[in-house]
Amino acid sequence: MSEKFSNAGSADIVLALCAAIHESKDYLSEVDGAIGDGDHGVNMNKGFTLASQRIDASSSFSDALEVLADTLVDDIGGSMGPIYGTFFMSLSENLSSSDEINAKEFGNSLADAAQALEDLAGARPGDKTLVDVAVPASEAFQAAEQRGDGFSSCLSAMAEASEAGWKSTEGMQARLGRAARLGERSIGHLDAGATSCNVILQTMAKEISAKLQG
Amino acid sequence: MQRVINDPDMLVEDMLPGFLEANKSLVHASSENPRTVVSNFVGQGAPRVGIVSGGGSGHWPAFIGYCGQNMVDAVAVGEIFSSPTAKAFEQCIREADSGKGVAVLYGNYAGDNMNVKMALRRVEKEGIHVATVVANDDVASAPSDQRDRRRGVAGEVLMWKCGGARAAMGGSLEEVIACAQKAIDNTRSIGIGLSPCTIPSYGKPNFSIEPGSMEVGIGHHGEPGIKVEPLKDANGMADEMVEAVCSDLPFGSGDDVVVLISGLGATPVMEQYILSARVFSDLKDRGISVYKSYVGNWFTSLEMGGVTLTLMKLDDELRECVDFSVNTPALVQL
Repeated sequence: MSEKFSNAGSADIVLALCAAIHESKDYLSEVDGAIGDGDHGVNMNKGFTLASQRIDASSSFSDALEVLADTLVDDIGGSMGPIYGTFFMSLSENLSSSDEINAKEFGNSLADAAQALEDLAGARPGDKTLVDVAVPASEAFQAAEQRGDGFSSCLSAMAEASEAGWKSTEGMQARLGRAARLGERSIGHLDAGATSCNVILQTMAKEISAKLQG
Repeated sequence: MQRVINDPDMLVEDMLPGFLEANKSLVHASSENPRTVVSNFVGQGAPRVGIVSGGGSGHWPAFIGYCGQNMVDAVAVGEIFSSPTAKAFEQCIREADSGKGVAVLYGNYAGDNMNVKMALRRVEKEGIHVATVVANDDVASAPSDQRDRRRGVAGEVLMWKCGGARAAMGGSLEEVIACAQKAIDNTRSIGIGLSPCTIPSYGKPNFSIEPGSMEVGIGHHGEPGIKVEPLKDANGMADEMVEAVCSDLPFGSGDDVVVLISGLGATPVMEQYILSARVFSDLKDRGISVYKSYVGNWFTSLEMGGVTLTLMKLDDELRECVDFSVNTPALVQL
């Protein structure tokens, strides 16, 4: 079990994220349809599919993240273009100077990316948004790393917190985004952005773990 | 689905060529970005403050229908009910700039706020002076002490009308922004939804309204309203909408207003006139005089059934702006 993975040649992690979003397209739209306008799966799939066509499979993890971020910001729009674009751009910028990515670097980059996302969306934990997934997931990763867990265990902690954060949105009342206008009627439904964020983080945990076991 | 479409995922791509050709005397697409529609009148006459807007598609004639002479100079075009990209907004700002600055006048939605914010960051580095007004005229979307949370709806048309006129009169960026801000501050709207709409790429209506009921405060993207009530007749709807709007600003005796009634897409204009008859008599009973009215499909939501009512309180400046001539695909005023 390795404690780091190579940045170079790891574009396949990002391509796996694109594939996971593609596979979740209908489910994401269904979740969004309950309290939003039902277009989340379609728009996410459009952006991630376009990005997967532009990503050079032999490129680095951070370069592939940059292509994904640029595609989401420049070609998708909506709320998710700038939100995920900012998230992946922050990750890419933080990791681009690393040849080998270890748990500490990944944890710090993830924390910065979650912060950038919070700042742009103006969302706080509890608002029923993807921040309720990204922030606890990033915190769980860093907590595990700081108590000395291996990279793979940190990723498991991140995935667990991501899943729990995603499920917690069901009981929340939306305070931001389109569903916020529903007030109490938003309670009892999962948040669509939190759902896609969980898909992304689960896939990232799985793919990086596979590389560490490589 | 009984729709006049080709690929359900390509509605905007398939619509734009038709729109641009049909309105080629008024608008064209930017050579830099096909999702940036530009007025043919930009650059004619003396330099003036540019007016930019944009939003999701599916709201015809918002937003591209208001691009033209003396109204909106460049419009960013999004997917159905989804904000345009930051890149499209950026190109709008560049196209509309003639050195006097650019006013971005748009509606309060999370996606638009973020994409405009990102666009501003980039064009300001290029030295373009930009300021924004965010429309929040929908009284149903948040209490009156939380106006920053309210969404922008059909009142945006009046904001563009006034902002565009002020720019055409030669106003500075500060004056144009102040005028557009005053227009939206003096404007309140509410909608009633009767039947849902279907985004073709999703394929099914994403909410339902039971026969015999109506949703008061319906959103322009199918956001459910604030309350569901037994269906009323047109007079009952008018009374409820006039009360909701008038009590909020408030509008009262002695006020001079513009009335804008819009269908949400599927409601015949004839029925909008039935509603408007009662709106006019209700306003008269309240001592409010109607200076000008717009009744028709001014801001829709695909084929949603229902209507919206918008009132704007006038002062001398806004009256002059409302009277100013415009020539756009959707609104022609001599």
